[in-house]
Amino acid sequence: MSRPFSIAVVSALLITGNADAADTTAIERTEAIVGRSFSSATPAERKSRLDQDEVQATCSAQRNQPTEAAAARILELSRATLKYPEDGRLLGDWKEGEKLASVGTGGQIGRIQPDKPGVRRGGNCYACHVMAAKEIAAGNLGPSLASYGKQRGTSPEVVRLTYEKIFNAQAFYPCSHMPRFGSNAWLTPQEVADATAFLLDPESPVNK
Amino acid sequence: MKLRFSERMSTRLVGACIGAMLAAAAVTATGDDNHAVDEIAKYREMLKDGNPAELMEMRGDELWTMPRGPKATTLEQCDLGLGPGVVPGAYARLPRWFDDTGTVQDIESRLVTCMTTLQGLSVEEATRNWTKPNSDIEALVTFVATKSQGMAIDAPALHPGEAALAEAGAELFFRRAGPLDFSCATCHSQDHRRIRLQDLPNFLDPKSAQSSMITWPAYRVSQSGVWTLERRLIDCFRQMRTPDADYLSDAIIALEVYLQKQATGGVLEAPGIKR
Repeated sequence: MSRPFSIAVVSALLITGNADAADTTAIERTEAIVGRSFSSATPAERKSRLDQDEVQATCSAQRNQPTEAAAARILELSRATLKYPEDGRLLGDWKEGEKLASVGTGGQIGRIQPDKPGVRRGGNCYACHVMAAKEIAAGNLGPSLASYGKQRGTSPEVVRLTYEKIFNAQAFYPCSHMPRFGSNAWLTPQEVADATAFLLDPESPVNK
Repeated sequence: MKLRFSERMSTRLVGACIGAMLAAAAVTATGDDNHAVDEIAKYREMLKDGNPAELMEMRGDELWTMPRGPKATTLEQCDLGLGPGVVPGAYARLPRWFDDTGTVQDIESRLVTCMTTLQGLSVEEATRNWTKPNSDIEALVTFVATKSQGMAIDAPALHPGEAALAEAGAELFFRRAGPLDFSCATCHSQDHRRIRLQDLPNFLDPKSAQSSMITWPAYRVSQSGVWTLERRLIDCFRQMRTPDADYLSDAIIALEVYLQKQATGGVLEAPGIKR
């Protein structure tokens, strides 16, 4: 573990070379490469951070444009992962949701540049979405969510749909680029409810 | 050489200070999307005849011609792919297949081969402090890359070993994993996208891939140091929340082969200046 990163790798390179057998598929070669290129990973880190689940493997192999059959399978798998807060309230605290939207840190497990101790794990919504008008440094990888609640209201159907999309976007859009925040346990159901409130609450700056 | 070095250094340091101020302004004072981009462009303009990376280039030049290691040899007979000692144009054609090692190597792994075989250095010595600014290997990469400035990237991955790795690199580019489901394609497969205000190249588009790849290695204002392409890609994996990718690993080299292939034809501006 504490061994310098370079030694194991370079010796592996010299012994085996990076020319894998010609009769393997590109995906098999890629998996072999992943297997030998992250030598500092613990078995648990390898499992949670490098190994793929079915949805990830399908979206990777089909380059995020799933066939009809694959899309149906992803919708089914994703819907089965949806969970809700214990108190059943899907509209949480928009102020907590606003904090989550700005925080892009957390979950960085490398040793070269680790997270600072105690750093908060956020949703980093602003990296990809326009939300409150006052936040001008918003990205555009995802659609603008400006006035999201103003346009939709807060009926139980809208609240549930919004909550579920944040919890697992792929329950609606197979192979979406958006992280499956709830299903991957990156955010808790309560945090997803807070993010839902940030989008829908009439008092939220998203709707001002 | 010595006098020239210190003269240039003082100019560079002034430039770096101004740069840091401008960078701070770019992050905090923006009113519209293009403002931060404009500030970096102004910064680039100001440093046109004084990129701080030149310091690294000069140090790399010195390291290239300095007898080092147990064999007290210079690197002047190092074969970067165009024959022993030929530096101009070598970077533009890397990564590439090397018969003597039987592998595809990028600039760093090839330099390590030269340092271990010609100079007798250990891999650990050759790559010492690679994660930190101003390491020897970074200086050597900057020196070699600068000698390809103005030349077109020519890495079409035609050798079977290169082609196989380019194919794996493309798979890896789309390979999603981890708690945020990220792959390179998450951020780099669409036109005109940004994270916050940071523009993102679309590596599926050759023109966009060229615009990024021609600038590596680059002086990074936010890091106050030169970063090589390897260093940047390893940091991409950090941002994707994987464990650290190994330095000189096949995953990194496969991605480099794929990206340089995508960017083939782009005229190198290395060393660049980036956020």
